[in-house]
Amino acid sequence: MARNGKANSKGNTKQAAVWVGKKLKRKEDPRLIQGTSHYTDDLKLPRMLYCTFARSPMAHAEIRAIRTDAARALPGVIGVFISEDLTGLGMVPCAIQMPGLNVPHHPVLATGRVRYVGEPVAAVVAEDLYTARDAAELIEVDYEPLPVVVNMEKALEKDSPVIHEQFRTNRAFTHALKNGDIQSAFKKADRVVRQRMVNQRLAPMAMEARAVLAEYLPGENRLTVWSATQIPHLLRTQISVMVGLPETAVRVIAPEVGGGFGSKLNVYREEGLVPWLAMKLGRPVKWAETRRENITSTIHGRDTINDLELALKKDGTILGLRVRILADMGAYHQLLTPLIPQLTALMQAGCYKIPAIDIEIQGVFTNKMSTDAYRGAGRPEATYNIERIMDVAAHELGMDPAQFRVKNFPQPKEFPFTTVTGLVYDSAKYQESIKRALQLSGYETLRRRQKSGWKNGKYYGVGVSTYVEICAIGPSAATPAGGWESGTVRIEPTGKVTVLTGASPHGQGEETTFAQLIADELGIDPDDVTVLHGDTLAVPYGIGTFGSRATAVGGTAAYLATQKLKAKMVTLAAHLLGAKSSDVSIGRGRISAKGGKKSIAFGELVMAAYTARNIPPGFEPGLEATHFFEPPNFTFPFGAHIASVEVDGETGEVKIDKYVAVDDCGNVINPMLVDGQIHGGIAQGMGQAMWEELIYNDEGQIVTGTLLDYALPKAHLLPEFTLDRTVTPTPVNPMGVKGVGEAGTIASTPCMVNAVCDALSPLGIRHIDMPLKPERVWSAMQQARASAQTEPQPTHKPVSSRATQGTYVSRKASRSNA
Amino acid sequence: MQKNVTININGEAHRHPVEPRLLLVHFLREVAGLTGTHIGCETSLCGACTVLLDGRAVKSCTVLAVQADGRSVTTVEGLAQGNKLHALQEGFWEEHGLQCGFCTPGMLMCSHDLLANHPTPTSAEIREAINGNVCRCTGYQNIVNAVKNASRKMAKRVSARAGAR
Repeated sequence: MARNGKANSKGNTKQAAVWVGKKLKRKEDPRLIQGTSHYTDDLKLPRMLYCTFARSPMAHAEIRAIRTDAARALPGVIGVFISEDLTGLGMVPCAIQMPGLNVPHHPVLATGRVRYVGEPVAAVVAEDLYTARDAAELIEVDYEPLPVVVNMEKALEKDSPVIHEQFRTNRAFTHALKNGDIQSAFKKADRVVRQRMVNQRLAPMAMEARAVLAEYLPGENRLTVWSATQIPHLLRTQISVMVGLPETAVRVIAPEVGGGFGSKLNVYREEGLVPWLAMKLGRPVKWAETRRENITSTIHGRDTINDLELALKKDGTILGLRVRILADMGAYHQLLTPLIPQLTALMQAGCYKIPAIDIEIQGVFTNKMSTDAYRGAGRPEATYNIERIMDVAAHELGMDPAQFRVKNFPQPKEFPFTTVTGLVYDSAKYQESIKRALQLSGYETLRRRQKSGWKNGKYYGVGVSTYVEICAIGPSAATPAGGWESGTVRIEPTGKVTVLTGASPHGQGEETTFAQLIADELGIDPDDVTVLHGDTLAVPYGIGTFGSRATAVGGTAAYLATQKLKAKMVTLAAHLLGAKSSDVSIGRGRISAKGGKKSIAFGELVMAAYTARNIPPGFEPGLEATHFFEPPNFTFPFGAHIASVEVDGETGEVKIDKYVAVDDCGNVINPMLVDGQIHGGIAQGMGQAMWEELIYNDEGQIVTGTLLDYALPKAHLLPEFTLDRTVTPTPVNPMGVKGVGEAGTIASTPCMVNAVCDALSPLGIRHIDMPLKPERVWSAMQQARASAQTEPQPTHKPVSSRATQGTYVSRKASRSNA
Repeated sequence: MQKNVTININGEAHRHPVEPRLLLVHFLREVAGLTGTHIGCETSLCGACTVLLDGRAVKSCTVLAVQADGRSVTTVEGLAQGNKLHALQEGFWEEHGLQCGFCTPGMLMCSHDLLANHPTPTSAEIREAINGNVCRCTGYQNIVNAVKNASRKMAKRVSARAGAR
């Protein structure tokens, strides 16, 4: 693996890094590779009961009757609960407030009506799991079917069935973002490129499905909830509201969490109900989601229809961008549902100078599960839109797609760069990452192979995507529930260090990276640093891990807490060594003064802070500090990805033969972990481009509801990724780190589609909607060949058809590349 | 109706009456208390529950406990010898072959089967061998590297043993 980027310490105030920048093996791993760690479903409490749900098989129906007698009569069943039974249990929360937003009632169990397949109707609690499942099967529900609407455009038509009658419309909201003179941009344009693109619905599919265990001790008035969550503190607040306990009586623990990808950045019905059941029954209750439930009842991602128009000058200069987005909310709002498409709007300009923009979004209710944050959350959609339209435009202009992009990049000296959507991009060198990606991929050779291949009936394609993403979420003013993060660092009397972080990682490896960071600051070994997270009783209030924020915001909080401790250590050392504070420096294992003539061992100094027999006046004993870090801005990582593919002209199969990613996430704490994030991200983005699709049919039934039908990326489908890095530190935090959790996912989806459409451009194909399964690519080729035969001169019409999926065949069947 | 079964798990006999429909994975987790084997789908499609049954990798969510009666099961908890990690565990640790860790026990057991039958697989062969196991975090690249790492280590140990003889 080529590796040219050097860790740049610019912007750091600390001494030379010993651990930061090292490929340290993860501290998390020994327990995970030996099967000795505990995910929520691994926990078992004395007298614990098992909960299961009867869920709606109907997408839209009135509930006429629920018969639970047979279920209740089954030996081992403790109780069966329907909506009317849930006295004192509140609604499922939505954190988003915006003018004109329709927020439906979102009860924990379906009340009167079901609105999507998988909506829970009754909960069963039994002595064991098998009995609970048997009992759920015995629950009979009389449904009066109602007309179903799953298609967003139909849902907005006047005669559509309305999902929430009180709103008299399925429109959840409209949101506009406009800046610059869009009218004159389009008037002045030499060329307007239009394309409709569907960003299909996806299932996040963390390998650990959700699980909740709750125990209530009435004497202590203490409710403890273990949940597979990314946001234990926010969940604690919401559970206390839902079940009506003071927040101080609720403890939430996120034990080992098996992936989230945004799907556990939420507050779900079951997270209110299981604690309520434990309180009601006086026994611990556990629910572990099945995969089928996970696909029907855990949030989905994406599901937008996007109409784009790009106004251009002949020479390829962008003049303006108009975007119309329909965003599927599903039947209810989950925690952040209406926010996600607004992130698309914010990032819609990508890494380009666009003088005028005009974006309108409509959120639409349909008879489906809610959408919400899925890896990238609105930004993959933005990047897909802009990166696809850039490619379509390059082809129309006959320009090389890489050169066309470079032409519209802001120059490095223009940073901080204010975008047309009002963001301030912190720092970037877009030119450098694409240059390196072009070199690394052997771009010129790939283009030559492509040209000669086309002559021989071989369809080679090269996909380019350059992205910028919004990370380190974020300044509190821009987030619904606080964008800061907490960090506590405590040097224990023995000299071991405990770090408490409000970010709640679930696979990202912060137990290791934060240990590296703090070890360098204190001059100790990472083995002596233990990072704790995910327990609201142990950790000060925090926000959580999502939006590539854990290191950039949570790591900074821990870093700044450490600076407070270092100041204390210096004061105490100066006192003990008889030196001025300004002469004291913290080295590896020793704190010295007067140019090293006097020093004290780290352990001795720590002990002195605790024994406190000889401390300067006013010195607060102990060594513990907390910092709540409020970031002044987001960070904006960026990069360039290039894919090389071959499309089988007969079968439509796509062979991925090369994938190059050059990413820039600022300074890097552990390169091995950063690469791991990028690998996984690329795979997930490729999954969307090539295979994954959560399909609801017209009756609102999920057609791809098992792992047999929902095509997750498998090992044999993926190529070996070639990674490289540039390092442009951010000025937003003292460590210069930007965040990397979503980069791969954001960049790889358009990169792959660009590659495949590029390969098929000789056939006149300019766009195919995802996923690019062989069948869909084959159909596109058939259609293109047929229209080439029957309509030698088809009229050039922008895609205005109402079809939500399909192919657009352009008039010109030729293209050129520089 | 219950049936007594005896299943040898990681060298230890577990005798217990079970319902005939009890899945092996539930026997491991609920009866034997070995929760290192995870349940990812219950339909044999994700591989998180992979264990060795008489040395061969099986998905324990689609094996009944009664089918394992009188047989030997190795789970992730049985891979290490005391404090000494198995070469595969070392490989996954050194190559960053895991992130959230949920699929890892299944990946380890599946790779164990591969290396037992094919000690020096190519990358493509590893990818083919683990394609019944889903990982959502790693993009598989470091899992492939981890299995290769283990394969190299195991080959070295075999030749060291041969040299010692």
